[in-house]
Formats: sequence, C-alpha cells, structure tokens
Amino acid sequence: MKCKVCRRPAVVDVRRHNAAFCSDCFLGHCRAQVERAVKEHRMMGPDERVLVAVSGGKDSLALWDILLDIGYQADGLYIGLGIAGYSQPSGEHARAFAAARQAHLVEVDLPSDFGYDVKTGAAADRRVPCSACGLSKRHVFDRAALDGGYDVVATGHNLDDEAAVLLGNVLRWDVAYLARQRPVLPGGEGFPRKVKPLVKLGERETAAYCVLKGLDYQVEECPMSAGNRHLGYKEALNAIEERSPGTKAAFYNGFLDRGSALGAELCQDEREGLHPCPSCAAPTTAAVCAFCKLVERAGGDPRRRIPVTAL
Amino acid sequence: MGGVKVLLRNPKRELEVPGPLGVLALLEQLGYIREAVLVIVDGTLVTGDATIADGSGVEIRPVVSGGATGPAPTGSPR
Repeated sequence: MKCKVCRRPAVVDVRRHNAAFCSDCFLGHCRAQVERAVKEHRMMGPDERVLVAVSGGKDSLALWDILLDIGYQADGLYIGLGIAGYSQPSGEHARAFAAARQAHLVEVDLPSDFGYDVKTGAAADRRVPCSACGLSKRHVFDRAALDGGYDVVATGHNLDDEAAVLLGNVLRWDVAYLARQRPVLPGGEGFPRKVKPLVKLGERETAAYCVLKGLDYQVEECPMSAGNRHLGYKEALNAIEERSPGTKAAFYNGFLDRGSALGAELCQDEREGLHPCPSCAAPTTAAVCAFCKLVERAGGDPRRRIPVTAL
Repeated sequence: MGGVKVLLRNPKRELEVPGPLGVLALLEQLGYIREAVLVIVDGTLVTGDATIADGSGVEIRPVVSGGATGPAPTGSPR
C-alpha cells in the first residue's frame, strides 16, 4: 500500500477512511484529528491550563503527547490504583513519558493517599472493580483539577470507547447516560470542564501513534477488566466493523449530529438537584457522595488532601 | 528456514508458524480480527497487504482496552 498523502510506502492502514499512511503522514493525521475535535466541539482555548488524565496506556500517552506538540500547557495526573502487577508498570510508563518530555506529572496513590485500593473498594461497596475504579478516578480528577486551578480535564476516551459506551446506553435505553455522553462536559457547580480530544481517533490509531512515535506504554491489560461488559460491546462493534468499515464512526458521529440534542434538557435538570457532599464538598445528589461512601466502607479516609499545587 | 516467530500478548506468549505468509492470513489462522490488533514485523508496523518473510519476528499487539469507561454511578452525576 502507498501513503494516501505522499505516495511513499505505507505502514498503517485505516480502513474506515479507506486510506493508508506512511509514518510521518500518519502522525500528522492523528494530530489533525485532535485539532479538528478540539475546534469542532470548542473544547479548550490555546492558553488554557489542561490536566491530562494519564493511565500509562496508549490513549492517555498519545493524547498528552499530541497536546504538548500542539502547544498546550498540559500537565498529567496519574492515579495509582493499587492493582497488583498492573499499577506499578503503568505508573512507570507515565513517569518515563513525563521525564522524556520534561512535562509535569501529578501523582495520587489510592492506597497511600486515601487508604484503599480498587479491589477492596469494589468489594466493600459491592461494585464490580471497573465501577469502583471509574468512580475513584472521576472524583480524584475533578478534585485535583479544581484544587490545582486547571481550566479543563482532558481524558483519553477514543472513538472505540465512545461507540462502545453508546452501544451499552442504547441497549438499555439509558436516557440520562445518553444525555451526558458528549465530547465536552461543561464545568461549573463543583465540576471542572471535561473534554475528550481523541473522539475522532480509533484505538488502533492511538496504538499505532505510540508505536510510530516510540512511546512505551502499558500494553498488558488491567487484570480486573477481563470479561467486562464494555469489552464485550467493543468485541461486537469490531465484528461489525470488520465487515463494514466505518460503522463505528457512523454510529457515534450520527449520535452526536442527531441524537445528543435530545438530552440537553435532561443534563440541565440533573444539575438542579446537586449540593456539596458534607464530607468532601464534591457535588452530589445524595446525602453523602458515592466516593465518600465507597472509601469509608473500604476503611479509608475520603477527606485526605490531593497533592496538587494550586496556581 | 526457521519459520515465523510470533509474539502474542495478554497473556504474553510465543509460537511459531511456517513462513512466508501474508499478514491477513496470519491473523485469520490465529483467529484475530484485523481491527483489534497491530502487526509489527521485525520492529516495524506493517499494513494488511504485507507479506511476512520466513525467519521474521512478528508481534501481534492487541489494541482493545477498557474498563472504567462507563457512565457515572447514581448520586454522582459524572
């Protein structure tokens, strides 16, 4: 195959674009897709301070790398989840990237900073590990961004992630979740703005980006995610994509174009019931927020400070 | 010749297949969907139409990841 742009030998094929790229043109394609997503969805301005949610995996490292290349003032936040055999190498990848790019990495460790890990939190709160992990990450990212004076939190959710979440929400017709499945969640009322600049890139593209850029990332999957529902949705979508390239993008982009307006009012209604959690001050609709409940049930302390320097 | 050495991930393991063969033929033989992996031959990313020479080292790297990407729980809108 030849590169669609320059006709040199290609190293990556992207079937949904019916295109192949050489290394240089592919890296340019990824950056252009991020710039397009940021502009199209008005995610952030060029002078805003960005906190990138970094896991040490392909998506978050590719995102951080691209944002730095574009010129954003982007710091990383890595959360140690206390998962044996996984958290340590993940953290090493995040630290190695930060050192190589001379970027600032903030670190929070659930066991030492809050007194619990994902496994004990999940068991104590009777959740699946992925749910306890997601809840913990959302809380810590929100708090770190607000305490550190960041304008926006950027996460590495890619096209495949969003299409899989959309499929799950549609299968259950979960209108409330559909309402807030957007590339930008506005800030305010105790929440930082959250953006997903990788929504125009599939995860095969973010992985290829890391390989071609020489970014060493955590390839082995989290042992706790094996067999989860989200991965099942991805498997189903990939089976369809194999026969009909472009289906995932059409599914997700069609939702953004025609479906997501349905939820705007719902999103607003949902925020009307919010008040600060009496324990940690995070916004919640319950008497005590879900994060504080989980940490207290797991024997930890949800009020511990996150080591972020406020600017 | 020595065949094609193939490195698989999740979990990490190695196997050998007779070469030469095409990338798509290798993926089909091992039951992989093209959309879900990258194929790296002797350290270089290759496209689906590439042929893998006998004696090459191949990594089939899965790209599908995800766990905590679902929606927010009750009581915490995000």
